[in-house]
Amino acid sequence: MPRRNNILANIDWLTVGLYILMLFLGWFNIYAALYSDEHQSIFDITQQYGKQLMWIGAASVLALVIMLLEVNFYVFFSYIIYGVLMLLLLLVPFIGKEINGARSWFQLGPVTFQPSEFAKFATALALARYMSTHGFKLQTTKSLLTIAAIIFAPVVLILLQNDTGSALVYFSFVLVLYREGLSGVVLFFGTLVAILFVLALVLTNLTLALIMVGVALLMFLVFNPKLKQFFNVAIIYGLSIGFFILLNFVINTSYELAQFILAGAVVGSIIVLYQSVRNKFSNYTKIAIVFIGSILFTISVDYGFENFLEPHHQVRINELLGIESNPQGAGYHVNQSKIAIGSGGMWGKGYLEGTQTKFDFVPEQSTDFIFCTVGEEWGFAGTLTIILLFMTLFIRLIWLAERQRSTFSRIYGYSVAVILFFHFMVNIGMTIGMMPVIGIPLPFFSYGGSSLWSFTILLFIFIRLDASRLEKLSD
Amino acid sequence: MNNLSKRSYIVAAVFAVVGLIYAIDLFRLQVLDSDYKQYATNNVLREVVQYPARGLVYDRDGELLVYNKTAYDLMITPREVEQFDTLLLCNLLDITRPDLEEGIAKAKKYSRYKPSVLIKQISPENFALLQEQLYKFKGFHSQTRTLREYTHPVAAHVLGYVGEVNANDIKRDTYYKSGDYIGQSGVERTYEKQLRGVKGVKKYMVDVHNRIQGSYLNGGEDKPAEIGKNLVSTIDIDLQLYAEELFQNKKGAVVAIEPKTGEILAMLSAPTYDPGLLVGRVRGKNFSHLQNDTLMPLFDRSLQARYPPGSTFKPFNILIGLQEGAINTSTHIVCNGPLSSPIKCTHNHVTPTSVIDAVRESCNPFLWNTFRNTINKYPTTAEGFHVWSEYVKRFGLGQKVSAEFYNENSGLRPTVEYYNRVHKGDWWRALTVRSLAIGQGEMGTTPLQMANLAAILANRGYYYQPHIIKEVENDTVRSSFSVKHETGIEDQYFDPVYEGMRQVTIARLNRSVPGISYCGKTGTIENNQGIDHGAYMAFAPEDDPKIALCVYVEHSKWGASYAAPIASLLIEKYLNDSIADNRLRYEKQMMEAVLTDPHNPELAN
Repeated sequence: MPRRNNILANIDWLTVGLYILMLFLGWFNIYAALYSDEHQSIFDITQQYGKQLMWIGAASVLALVIMLLEVNFYVFFSYIIYGVLMLLLLLVPFIGKEINGARSWFQLGPVTFQPSEFAKFATALALARYMSTHGFKLQTTKSLLTIAAIIFAPVVLILLQNDTGSALVYFSFVLVLYREGLSGVVLFFGTLVAILFVLALVLTNLTLALIMVGVALLMFLVFNPKLKQFFNVAIIYGLSIGFFILLNFVINTSYELAQFILAGAVVGSIIVLYQSVRNKFSNYTKIAIVFIGSILFTISVDYGFENFLEPHHQVRINELLGIESNPQGAGYHVNQSKIAIGSGGMWGKGYLEGTQTKFDFVPEQSTDFIFCTVGEEWGFAGTLTIILLFMTLFIRLIWLAERQRSTFSRIYGYSVAVILFFHFMVNIGMTIGMMPVIGIPLPFFSYGGSSLWSFTILLFIFIRLDASRLEKLSD
Repeated sequence: MNNLSKRSYIVAAVFAVVGLIYAIDLFRLQVLDSDYKQYATNNVLREVVQYPARGLVYDRDGELLVYNKTAYDLMITPREVEQFDTLLLCNLLDITRPDLEEGIAKAKKYSRYKPSVLIKQISPENFALLQEQLYKFKGFHSQTRTLREYTHPVAAHVLGYVGEVNANDIKRDTYYKSGDYIGQSGVERTYEKQLRGVKGVKKYMVDVHNRIQGSYLNGGEDKPAEIGKNLVSTIDIDLQLYAEELFQNKKGAVVAIEPKTGEILAMLSAPTYDPGLLVGRVRGKNFSHLQNDTLMPLFDRSLQARYPPGSTFKPFNILIGLQEGAINTSTHIVCNGPLSSPIKCTHNHVTPTSVIDAVRESCNPFLWNTFRNTINKYPTTAEGFHVWSEYVKRFGLGQKVSAEFYNENSGLRPTVEYYNRVHKGDWWRALTVRSLAIGQGEMGTTPLQMANLAAILANRGYYYQPHIIKEVENDTVRSSFSVKHETGIEDQYFDPVYEGMRQVTIARLNRSVPGISYCGKTGTIENNQGIDHGAYMAFAPEDDPKIALCVYVEHSKWGASYAAPIASLLIEKYLNDSIADNRLRYEKQMMEAVLTDPHNPELAN
């Protein structure tokens, strides 16, 4: 079997090297985060840093096993692996062990593990398998619904365990779908929804209404560079909104001025829409639909925020957006985290010298907030290094995915990249106050056996697939 | 699919944009914004003030008078307090439960994170008991402070006391922080800057639970406390002790000065109190107790009581007269006793009276003639009176004679302007102000000023500023202490006054000191609220004075009855170290006398 012998030569050692480097950087920082005079040895297995080394050892065994398995194993067993993990996710609320308020852990003797961590690679496998099926076409309703089912099954099951952070990870698959042909409009709308969501919470209705009208007109101008039509639309909006403002002063109601302006904008949009239909579906329509949709969404955000989000989520989002500020309360984690990172300066305070870290001002510092330790003790030099390491890994993964001959491998490769990226974005964003506090680990850095193993499996299956990229896969 | 593979660039771009945004934000957070470094420092830094021990005070021979003892403040950090046995803590601290709860509420109001004082100044004995159990009370810890301790329970007014600073003190001097101690009176107040030392600071790092984790920057920014400077006072503790012993159950004052230097050997205001009463937790209670005492032990008579000098001033009017040539050693003046005019003489004595007789007998007509001649020697009363008043000024009257006592009364010295104002014009004559001739009228002296007058006599015409501190460790004393103040009376005029005063001292056994020839002068101060006060001024020995003093005994009727014997005992004690056997009965008599009643029936008649 000459192909077998080629595996070693075909392994992408750059990725493996980055993985090993990050693992050990993580280990050193966990040691720094938890260092105490009583337990000075980094090998002390009563401490997390000692344990992390054990997990790293176990992870290398795991990686070796993954590399030794036949590449077709992952293709054949992808649905079965997915099915088993969905079953485990289904069972964990009933027979799992409760840790920190979430019943999302299984205990097998001394080892606890979190199925939601492992569901990520399983979902990636299932998605790759389904989308690499012969004759698969993304744009059909059946395909889209199946894909939605594959992705949302774990999301729903994880949400049932009250683990919002892990559930959100699955939205990163939208980037994979985009690569595989999903319309860019979806990304555009996704971004629009996110921006509107933030603006709706931060700005007053009036300001938002004015901004939206301005943006709509600007978009109209961009898509229809004819000034005459632009003025037409502007006049329609102007008259419509003006009428409603006038109405507000004439009739005395309990509604606010902003609501009248919004109503004016809606009516104006309807008129523009009507004109667009008459003009045989030009760009008017799309813009108007987006516009009306945005207005309705905006109105519903406040309602949804008040009624669907739990109070602690509301507080976290309010803290993030600066609507509320309570550095001693809900904002404590982020505030202390920013102090830790910010006080690191250019070159950091030195290894084991971080006062925020050593004296426990930063909570969860070995797990979700491990980036603080890097920021405080290694400064901007350290944080930039970490960001560059991750960027190198992500770009490398995309490059590797693109060189795959098999669709299965490519889709799986993209899944690995976007899942790791999502963790990177949310985790680091959270520590510097740019993302809400969502408890998900920083890949390869955060302490924890389950997450380390799950990222190892996730990454090494792709390295294994990549090593066999010249073989014909059985898809 | 080739078309779709271009989307890899979009995905990569999304990654890169997020990476770039984070890198930029981290650069802003870590490199551009320096506030976070300060926040991090504030998080871990706890400054613990190091309180220096106050300087010690010694007597003139190096005997320790004031030192420090350790006391402990019980501190509380409200945030760290966990459930604890309130009853046990109350018992250990000897306080009631409402007291404890009030204290905790007050601390919480101040800060939940910073420690504040819950119970002040716990004695080492009580603290030892508390310390064994302190581990049971999370959030409580101790802070070491020092309190004053006294080797002898004397000289309370001179030494003064230490108390907590008030808002004004803090405003006036930023050195002080709430809860600091400051000298409130006496030497403690005057020499506060020297005695207090300099507070130090120890910087610690604390963890999130406010537990100390080690020194900040390895103690690089620590500043050790500088111990206060020691003082050597001019007090002779043996003399002071003896004076206080003699003055038990009496009201009055003693000031004794070493004439050649102005050093105050003993200074007493009676009734006095144990300075130890105003130390520690009992201070507040004791202070109000003393404040409400009708005998006014807090009132420092030696500095603040203004008595008309009376007969003790007569030698000075005679000295002025001699210096001005208004009288001379051969002057004799007829005394008609009670029939004398304008001032009658209450003493029965030889007549006509010489200078020596007049001093010895305290002859009023002689003094009146002297005073009148002094003033009328000049063309106008105003001119003559001004000359007289300037002598009185040079004697140290009508001004603060010391530099170290903030509460010293400046006494009263009449001036031309004063009488012009009172009499609405310059028509007044020597006759109008004749009371001044016999030390009455608009004149007032404190015992300190009177002792200084005695020193002027002893020095034959000059004095050094009376002072209480002669050495400050590693520092100098005030330069004003060594300035010689001349009074303008020439040496030769003192001989007849000395002789007259020497004869005063040999008149009775209870005031003559064996083996010592000394000079004295009695005085009686009229008191319309009870029995008159007795005064006695003296210096000894006559040929080389080593001590000049005045003694005031309130409600003792005459200067001769108690003031003179007490003064003689003090002189004997100071110069002979012990009291002769044949005078022990007087010592006993003096010590046992109770003269606090202004209407004492034994003396009333």
